[in-house]
Parts: sequence; structure tokens; C-alpha cells
Amino acid sequence: MMLPFKPVILFTDALVFVLVAAVLLFAWYIRRHDHLLAPWRKVGQSRSGMSAAVVLAVLLLTGFLDCLHFRVPLPSDPSGKPAYSVEVTSILDVALGSLRSRNEKTYSAPLATHLYAKETVQFPDGMQGRVFPRLAHGGRHLEDPDANWAGDVSRRALGGVAIAVLAWQFLLWMVVTGVAHRRRIAMREAWRITWRGEMALPWREMLITAGLLLLFFVPLFVLAAKYHVLGTDKVGQDVLYLSLKSLRTGLVIGTLATLVMLPFALALGIMAGYLRGWVDDLVQYTYTTLSSIPGVLLIAAGVLMVQAFIDRHAWFDTSAERLDARLLMLCLILGVTGWTSLCRLLRGETLKLRESDYVQAARAFGVSRLRIMTRHILPNVMHIVIIAVVMDFSGLVLAEAVLSYVGVGVDPAMNSFGNMINTARLEMAREPMVWWSLASAFVLMLMLVLSANLFADAVRDAFDPRIRGRVIGAALPGQLQAGGAGH
Amino acid sequence: MISYLVRRIAYAVPILIGVNLITFLLFFVVNSPDDMARMQLGQKRVTDEAVAKWKQERGYHKPMLFNSQAPGTGKVTETIFFDKSVPLFWFDFGHAEDGRDIAHEIRARMGPSLAIALPVFLVGLAAYITFALLMAFFRGTYIDFAGVLFCVIAMSISGMFYIIGGQYLVSKLWNLVPISGFAEGLDAWKFVVLPVLIGVVGGVGGSARWYRTIFLEEVNKDYVRTARAKGLSEHRIQFAHVLRNALIPILTGVVVVIPSLFMGSLITESFFGIPGLGSYTIEAINNQDFAVVRAMVFLGSVLYIVGLILTDVSYTIADPRIRLQ
Amino acid sequence: MASAPLIEIRDLHTWVDGSEGQVRAVDGVSFSVGRGETFVLLGESGSGKSMTALSIARLLPEAARVVSGSVVFDGEDLLQLPESRMRMVRGGRISLIFQEPGTSLNPVMTVGDQVAEVLRRHTALRGSAIRKRVVELLAAVGLQDPARQAEGYPFQLSGGMKQRVMIAIAIACEPDLLIADEPTSALDVTIQAQVLQLLRELQARLGMSILLITHDFGVAAEMAHRIGVMQSGKIVETASREQFFRAPAHPYSRKLFDSLPGRLDRGRTVVAEGSPLLEVAGLKVHFPIRKGVFRRVVGHVKAVDGVSLSVKAGQTLALVGESGSGKTTVGKAIVQLLPLAGGSVHFGGVDLSTVPPGALRDRRRDFQVIFQDPYGSLNPRMRIADIVEEGMLSLAIGGDHTARLARVDEVLTQVGLSPEMRYRYPHEFSGGQRQRIAIARALAVQPRLIVCDEPTSALDVSVQAQILHLLQDLQRRLGIAYIFITHNMAVVEFMAHEVAVMHQGCIVEHGITADVLGRPQHPYTRALLDAIPVIDDADRHEVIRL
Repeated sequence: MMLPFKPVILFTDALVFVLVAAVLLFAWYIRRHDHLLAPWRKVGQSRSGMSAAVVLAVLLLTGFLDCLHFRVPLPSDPSGKPAYSVEVTSILDVALGSLRSRNEKTYSAPLATHLYAKETVQFPDGMQGRVFPRLAHGGRHLEDPDANWAGDVSRRALGGVAIAVLAWQFLLWMVVTGVAHRRRIAMREAWRITWRGEMALPWREMLITAGLLLLFFVPLFVLAAKYHVLGTDKVGQDVLYLSLKSLRTGLVIGTLATLVMLPFALALGIMAGYLRGWVDDLVQYTYTTLSSIPGVLLIAAGVLMVQAFIDRHAWFDTSAERLDARLLMLCLILGVTGWTSLCRLLRGETLKLRESDYVQAARAFGVSRLRIMTRHILPNVMHIVIIAVVMDFSGLVLAEAVLSYVGVGVDPAMNSFGNMINTARLEMAREPMVWWSLASAFVLMLMLVLSANLFADAVRDAFDPRIRGRVIGAALPGQLQAGGAGH
Repeated sequence: MISYLVRRIAYAVPILIGVNLITFLLFFVVNSPDDMARMQLGQKRVTDEAVAKWKQERGYHKPMLFNSQAPGTGKVTETIFFDKSVPLFWFDFGHAEDGRDIAHEIRARMGPSLAIALPVFLVGLAAYITFALLMAFFRGTYIDFAGVLFCVIAMSISGMFYIIGGQYLVSKLWNLVPISGFAEGLDAWKFVVLPVLIGVVGGVGGSARWYRTIFLEEVNKDYVRTARAKGLSEHRIQFAHVLRNALIPILTGVVVVIPSLFMGSLITESFFGIPGLGSYTIEAINNQDFAVVRAMVFLGSVLYIVGLILTDVSYTIADPRIRLQ
Repeated sequence: MASAPLIEIRDLHTWVDGSEGQVRAVDGVSFSVGRGETFVLLGESGSGKSMTALSIARLLPEAARVVSGSVVFDGEDLLQLPESRMRMVRGGRISLIFQEPGTSLNPVMTVGDQVAEVLRRHTALRGSAIRKRVVELLAAVGLQDPARQAEGYPFQLSGGMKQRVMIAIAIACEPDLLIADEPTSALDVTIQAQVLQLLRELQARLGMSILLITHDFGVAAEMAHRIGVMQSGKIVETASREQFFRAPAHPYSRKLFDSLPGRLDRGRTVVAEGSPLLEVAGLKVHFPIRKGVFRRVVGHVKAVDGVSLSVKAGQTLALVGESGSGKTTVGKAIVQLLPLAGGSVHFGGVDLSTVPPGALRDRRRDFQVIFQDPYGSLNPRMRIADIVEEGMLSLAIGGDHTARLARVDEVLTQVGLSPEMRYRYPHEFSGGQRQRIAIARALAVQPRLIVCDEPTSALDVSVQAQILHLLQDLQRRLGIAYIFITHNMAVVEFMAHEVAVMHQGCIVEHGITADVLGRPQHPYTRALLDAIPVIDDADRHEVIRL
């Protein structure tokens, strides 16, 4: 069978799929075990946590769609051998339609109809003059931009709001119907308990959050059909498109770096804590040594090396694959440099569990050391792992931005928040100022990191409120932060 | 106590050796001097002679670890490892790509770094503790809730936005201080004020919230109930009992970063054009000046380890349970 | 007793916000305490007695609040006072001591300062007068060298000494009422006796009233003028001490009474003849002390220093001692959870310390262990069936999976649990049920000896009785030998054929239970027995030891 396109699975995509599969499996397992479900129920009761989860879910879904990559076929040559475009596209690209290809020449302000820079043009009467030329795509449909622009924009925005309200009402209807069905009560009653917050899940807060998201995004996309809602950047690319594409990079780093370090931290931490003796000495020595090297510098050294390596070997078919290799390497390096603090935490917890009565009882049965570590200790430190994963996420997203600025983050050609800020920073000096790239990166990043932080707080409170601070974040250098006493 | 300190310092030695080995591995083995030469001279169209010359000039032509051609002890000493990595132990950092002495450069740049980092550290610590104490005092009220919300939002914003926003508002819009630059002596203040202010604001979210949890942990301890049972006033309970206990983890926790203050802050220094060690490091990374990066890695590790030792010492000073045992 | 009571609590209701909604911790409690009187609130854990005390002093945790009721103290309702006036009462006229002396003192403040603080707050004393008074107070509560101790920190004191400092703080302003919330529960029995004695003396000297909260009948009998028994937030019975111990009126009180180990029906058989199952000779367990730059071993803590004992099949040896005496270490060394520094452990004629590790594993089915804390001894992430099955699996006994499951059901039934419970997790069970599961786990491999390390001391007295009966019943049916480690003499009397008294790593006295308890030879044994609070039952003239 011939697919109409050629699926491409980048390395990071593959890892993301593994991660998603693992999460689904884990969720399925937890659902069947009441005692494992209990702390998640507590997360579910947290109003801020669940509202954050709604936002996070939308952003995660966007990022996930951007992980489904393929190459479209080119008109095949006479020999009939299928040829594919060197450009790798994702489902998200398809969903965003022409946003990707509607490039202008250079900067244009949000919703503008004209370029941000004057150009010399030839008038029909043969005269030359410097004017702001019309955009190739943004507001093209307007006959007379000066006269119709305001009306058109507000009409479309209102239309977007109307759609958002309708969509929200549909959502509301679905939730209330669901509640009524589950509880076998009348719709009115279901409506009442949902709205009064008498459910286990904070549906009211979640619905409000969803409503705000719809009100924010739907008009944005309605307008995006005809305008560059968030403007264009130096080479004329749509900023909304760039921001959404940057999401994937942030999400991949936030999740995969932790995924990479987990096996190290778990295996070494538990072994050091349980076996003691020379294993403990060795593990402690390794993590003290590694953590004593300033994190950014270790990362910088790693990235510089890997970059040299990638440059030397031209293995990659497409630029996307080359960029992806660097992203993956960055995740690996962040993981390898970041396992130490989680390892230390797990070692400490294992030392405690080692003396617990149930481990002693298992030893009295002659249970093997491997089995004690896997059956008795591992399940009882998992809560720390879960907290570490969710708490590190936001720290890593923030770290990406800084590392890209320093020049040791993702490839400069990759869409990422760090690169957006980095280029936007240079535009700040222009007069008048180009502020929209920066503002878009700011809003989307804040949305992502804030919701991740709020969700992480809810998870931590539910699993073990005593654990505080970031796990990788602690290893990531105080130097990275703009200031502070270095936590 | 003395023997404890001696042991701590002795323990630092193998760690520094480990750091040295890791840097050696990263900078010479994984990335061979040939790669470095090609990177410096430009990737394409580099002749072997040019590479050889580049290596010769910098002493990278020798074998890595063992020189079988050299006589006597030269077998060990006439190597890259002995020339480049071992001298780090006595802070002989060698020369940068531009030929300058790295150690001299580091000495010159410590001052400006410290001029930013130290005020940020001190003002920040005082501000965060005050803020955290305020939140803990009003725990469970809207003041506390608003404070925590503020902290979570503040820590969700990338540090770079604080800098960009601060530069735009204070320097560009209000024209209060120069956007960037540095001056020697007392004139430095107007270049220092904004970075320090932004440094303090940038760290408030994470730190104040963390200190608040420490305070709240103390508030719920048994001895606080005893203090209440004595009929003490609320402010005496907070200051004489809670604060005194909570300060132990807070202060001993920040001691570790004190030596590292010399290293400066990468981002702040580079945005504000401050000629400190942070911007030095960034420049080195961008120029792929491996000698400088290697020096900074080693220096950073030494300072961190000194910080760890100081932490232990500060524990013994601050906590009678450890001091008197 | 004066006609008007010093404090009168009327219809007190205190609710606590729990994860499962509101808990009525105190549900309509009324009682009064007269001047110079000691009123004891007696109850099992969770009965609301501590919450009552904290409600009176208005020191409730944040999740709890008084919903209604009144606390009239010397004519004033404390619950209506503004907080500033209440602070004058607290520490001045009403003072408190709590259960955990270890955490109740500020760890980074000198002992003297902590006593001085309350004087500065409530008296006109200042400067050197305060210091003088602090030393006086510390001397009054029996601290040696009080002037020097005042400069020290709490961690330098033992548990008993810390509780004395707490008492010094409490009596500093000569209060009218002292509320003591389980003041001796965390202390060893000999220390408990001293602290109780101190409280009685101080009461006599200062004429204060005491509201004493305890779960211990012995403490109640020693201290009380009147007793109120609490059950699920209510006082079910109030009576004078004599009346209560002669004839408890309420069924719940009677049930508690009948659960006291000293009152249990012991159907113990005589000491059997025959060769011993377990023989321990000259057992030593040392923990190294490291010092100096190179962490050289400069000495050893001799936790167990030459212990010899023996147990015959189907018999119980009780190992008695106070905390730190090394009794738990002996237990762990016997089941080979700790390396021996010397001596031998012969089990069934084989010296376990010379058996290679591989072969030791096969022997482990013969000797098992049950721990004190029912909440810590079961892996919270494993199902009951897996917990019970694990030993069989590890020792490769019990046949295939179906056979093992059948065995799991069998032992669960033996310990009085339903086999349907096997797929549930530990958190769904109460403390007593968990201890049954721990017993089932040990039973599953059909051991010949079980080391029981304080298996009932974390349990309420009524649950304790059930577990003790279960253990005795199992011994009778299955012929298991026990080494029963405990600090509770009443349990010894009920369970043991023989008893060995441990003190500072050595056995100071060893013999038939009746002999040791009835005619103690060693001074330490006598001190231990004398320290036990006594319920003086006038009718039967019998001394019941708890």
C-alpha cells in the first residue's frame, strides 16, 4: 500500500511516543489500583491544579500534534520512483493551514496591512517614492485598508468571540450531561451541583479556564485566517506560527531531559542507599564531582562537543533531522548533568526505607537484594520521582531559553522560545520598537510555565508536601537565574 | 571539629581530581585538538599544515596522556594532560585564544562580577526573608494567598524578561540610568543599580516561597505550641522562636553560593555589558575558546567545593546541636 | 475539696477538619476539676482526650475549632476571653506539659532562657532575679547542677530530664491548673515513676490542680482523685478513683478493664522439659564509633555485650528491658539481621553464625520476626496476598502458585482475618488487623520460633488483649516458640514461661516468670518492678502490675 505521504519519525518524536505510551500505561495501571489513585484524586480536587491542567493539556496536545511528522511527495519523476519533499511537516503545520507559507518580506505589526519598513516603489506614474507597502497576505482582502480595516477586524473578532461562546456552551452541555448520566440525576440538578462545585473534580473552575482559553484563542485564529495576528518577524514569518512551533521544543526539553535522567538517578540512588559500602562511596563521589561543576559550563562543554561532532558528520537527510539531533543531544546532556540531585534525594529516602520494618521483614525471609530493591524500595520512592518529573518540567522550559541565549541551547535555526527572545532582543533597539515577538514569546511561555508550576504544586501537595524546590532546577546553576540567592 | 574540617578538605581533593579528569575528557579526548583547530580556523578548506601549526603554537601537538618518545619523566610530563590539566591545580590557567593570560583576566574581572552579585545576594536575602516572614505571619489569609500567587507567577517568568523589561522601562522609557556598561570606582553605582534591582526582583518568586514553606514548617512544630502555652505574644513567638529556628536552614542553605558569587551571573552581565567573569564565560563559549571555558569550569568547581565546606562550618556555628557534639 | 470547682467544662464540642470531612473530636464533654484535685481523663487513642485539653487552653491546631460549650475558669469563660487576656492566663494560671519532651522544647535556645521567658512574661522579676529563680526551679524539678544545665541546650538532656524542664516551665509561675497531656507516655517506666512522683510532690507543695490525660490505667490509679473515661469524644463515666477501680460502671470501662493484661485469663502451662530449640551463648553486637580525619574506628558501642539465653520448643521467653537496653538488637541478631561481634546462636543444634549465606537462607523459614509498628512493618505498595506469599516465594516453599495462595488463605484464617481481604492493601486495615497480617506473614513459612519485638506496644489496650490471645492460641495449637521482647511487665506475666531482664546490653536476671516477678534478685529488676504504677484493688488485695 502506498501512503500519500512518507511518515517521518524523528528521534525526539520516537521518545515522545515512548513517553506517551508509558504515561498511558501508567495511567491504566493506576486506575486499577485504588491506593495509587488516591493521591491523584487529591490532585484532581485541587482547583488551581486542575485549571492549570486544562491549559497544560491544550498546550501538550498542540505540542504532540507537532510531533507527528511526515514528508509530502513531490511530483514523481518519469522513472516512477517516488520522491519526497525535503521539508518535514507536521500535523500541526497542516492544521495551521497557510500560516506557515504566508510569509511577508520583513517585519509587520500585529494585524497590520502594511509592512513595518518603508520601501522604495515605482508608482504607476513613473515616480519613485518611499512608502509602507501593502502586505502580501495580511489584510490582502481589504479594498481600502484605511477605511475598512477597523470594521473588518472587529467583525471578525466578534465572530470569533461568538464561536468561542458557542463552543464553550457545547462544552458545558457535555459536562453537565456527563454528570447527569453518571449520577443518574436530572439535568437541572446536574447543572446545580456542577456550578456549586459539589463534585469531586472542580468542574466549575475547569470550565471557566476552558472558557477563557477559548475566548483567547478562537478570535486569534479567526483573525489569523486573514491577518498576521501577532505580526511577522524579520524575515516575514508569522509570529503566531513561530510561537506555536516553539511549544514543541519547550515541551520536548521539559519532558525528555527528565526521562533521560530517571534511569540513572533511580538505579544509582537506590543502589547507593540500599547496598551501601563501596557502591555508595562511588555513587556519592560521582554525583558530588558532577554537581560541583557549574551546570551551564558542563552543559556548554557538552553542547560544544556534540555540535562539533554533528557538524563533522553529515548524516542527515533533512535539516529537520539535523536540528532534531541537536535537540536530542541537548536533552541527553541536560539529563546526564541533571540526575545528581534526584539521585541524592532517592539515596536519602532509600537509606530511610532500608531500616523500615517491612524491609527488615523481607530480609528475614532471605528475599534477594535485587527483589528488595525492586519490590520494596522502588514502589515506595516513586512519589518522589513523580514530583521530580512535574517540578522539573517548568525549570527545564525556562532553562532552554537561557541556554539558547548563551548559545548552547537548541540550534539557532530551530523554533524555540529561547531563539525567539534572542532575536527579539536585538529588535528592541529599533526605533520604533518591534515588541510583538517578545510579547508573544512572553505570553505563551508564561502560560506554559505558570500552568506547569501550578500543576506541579498540586502534585507535590498531594504526594509529599515535604519535598520542595526543583530537583533538576537545583543543579541548574544559580548563574542561570537573573539573580536571587541561587536557589 | 578541626579533624572534621581537615577531613572535609581532604575529601575535596579527589573531587577536584575528578573534575579535572572530566574536563580533560570533555575538552581533549572527545573533542580532539584537531577538531578544535578546525573549529577555530574555520570548518572548510583547512590545510593539515595550518592545523599542525595551530597545535604547535598552543602546545596541543603533544600526546594526550603518555609520551613514549620523550626521555625519562618526560614520558608523563611532555603530554597535553600534564601541560594543560595538571597546572589547573595551582590555578595556572594558561592563555586564551587571543593570547591573554587567563589568570590575570580572571583577577581583573572578579571585581565587576562581585559588584553585581554581592549586592544582589545580600539585598535579595534580606528582602526574601522579610517577604516570606510576612506571608507566614498572615498565613491562611488573602495576603498570604496573594503573596504565594505573586511568587508562582514571578517564578514562571524567564529571567531574561525581567532584564529586557527593566532595561526598557528604567533606561529607555524613563532614562534613569544607562542601559549598559560599567565604570571603575564610585561611578559604577549607576551601572550597578539596575542589574542589582532586576537580580533581586528576578529571584523573589522561588526564594520567598521556599522560605515561606520553611517558616510554616517551623510554625507547626511542637515547641511553638509550648511557646504559646507559655502565653508569649505572637511577635515574640515569631521572632524569638520561629525565625531563629528557620534561619538555620535558610542561612546555611545560602552559604554554598557565597564563593560562587565571584563567578558572576552569565545573563545579567552579558545583557548589561558588565566586564565580569559571567560575560567572560559567555564570550568564551561563543568564541569556542576552550582554554577559558576549561579554566572557568575548574574555578567554578573549586568555589562550589569551598562553598560546601563553608556550609558545613556554618552549620556548626549556627546550630548548637552540631556545635556542641 | 472546695465546693466551687476551679474549672468547669460544660458541653464542649470541638470539630476537626479532616480529609474525609469534619470529625467531631470532642462531642459534648462536661466535667470539672476542683482546687488541689487531680482529674484524670482516661481513654484510648483517638478518644478526643488531647483535643479536650487543647480546647481548654485554646491551643488547638489550625484545622480544629471549638464549636460550642464553655470553659469556666475561676468564674470566667476562657472561650470568651480575647486572645490577649488568654495569653495572661496561659503559662501564668494554666500551664501545660506535652507528651513528647524531645520536640516540645526549642532546640536552639538554652534551657535557662526557655524557663526565663515565661518568668519574664508573667512575673515582675528581671535580670539576676530571673536567673536565680530559673536555677531554683531547675533544682526543684530535680536537675543535677542546675546552674550549669541552664546554660545547656535541650539535646544535651535525656528524655526524662527534658520533661523535667517542661515541668519547670509549667510551674514557674505557680499556676492554679496544670494540664499534663500524656506526660510520661514517651518515657521509660522507671523515669515515669520519678516524673509522676515529682508531679505529686509539686502538687502538694503548690496546691495546684492537675488535669492529667493518659491511656494508662496504672498512671491513672497512681495519680487520680477522680477519673473520667472518654470514648469517641464523649465522657462515658466519671467516678472517684476508689469507686472506679472497685466497680467500673460503664460497659466500655469494664471492657477496658478486662483487657488489661494483668487481668487476662492466662491458661499458661508449666515450663516444659527437654532440649532447647534455640541456644544463644555470649552474644555480642557492636556498632563501631568512627572518629578523626580518616574515620578510623576508635571504639564500639557495645549494644549487646555477652548475652546468653535459651528457648525450648513451644515456650515463650520474655526479654524485658527499658529503651536502649539492647533487647531489640538481641532479637535482630538472633534472626540474623545484624552481624555478630562474638558469641554463637545455635538453632536446632546448628550454629547459625557459621552457616554460609546460601544455606542460611534455607534455615530462615524456621525463625521469623514480628515488629512493633504495625504501620511500618507492611509494605504499603503490596497487596496482602503478596505480602504473606513473599516469604514462601523467597524460600521456595509452599509448592506452586495455587498451593501458595491456599496457604495464604489458611494463615489469614488462622489469624482471624477473612481470606477475601487478600487483594486489599495495608492502608485499608486498622493497627490491630495489620499486626494480624504481620503474624500471618510469619506463620506462612511455618516457623518454629518467632521473635516478637514489642508487637503490642503501639496498640490500644483492648486490641492488645486480642493480639496477645491470638499469639497464645497459636502457640498452643502450632507449638511455636516465642522470644517476646517487651517493656511491659504485665504482658510478661501473661505471656512468658521464662523471663530475662536486660540492662545495658547484658542480662541481669533470668528465670521462671513467677520467680523473677515475685522474688526479684537483681536490684535493677526490683527497681523496674517498683516503678510500675500499681492499681491498688482494695477488694481483692491483689497487686496488678501494668
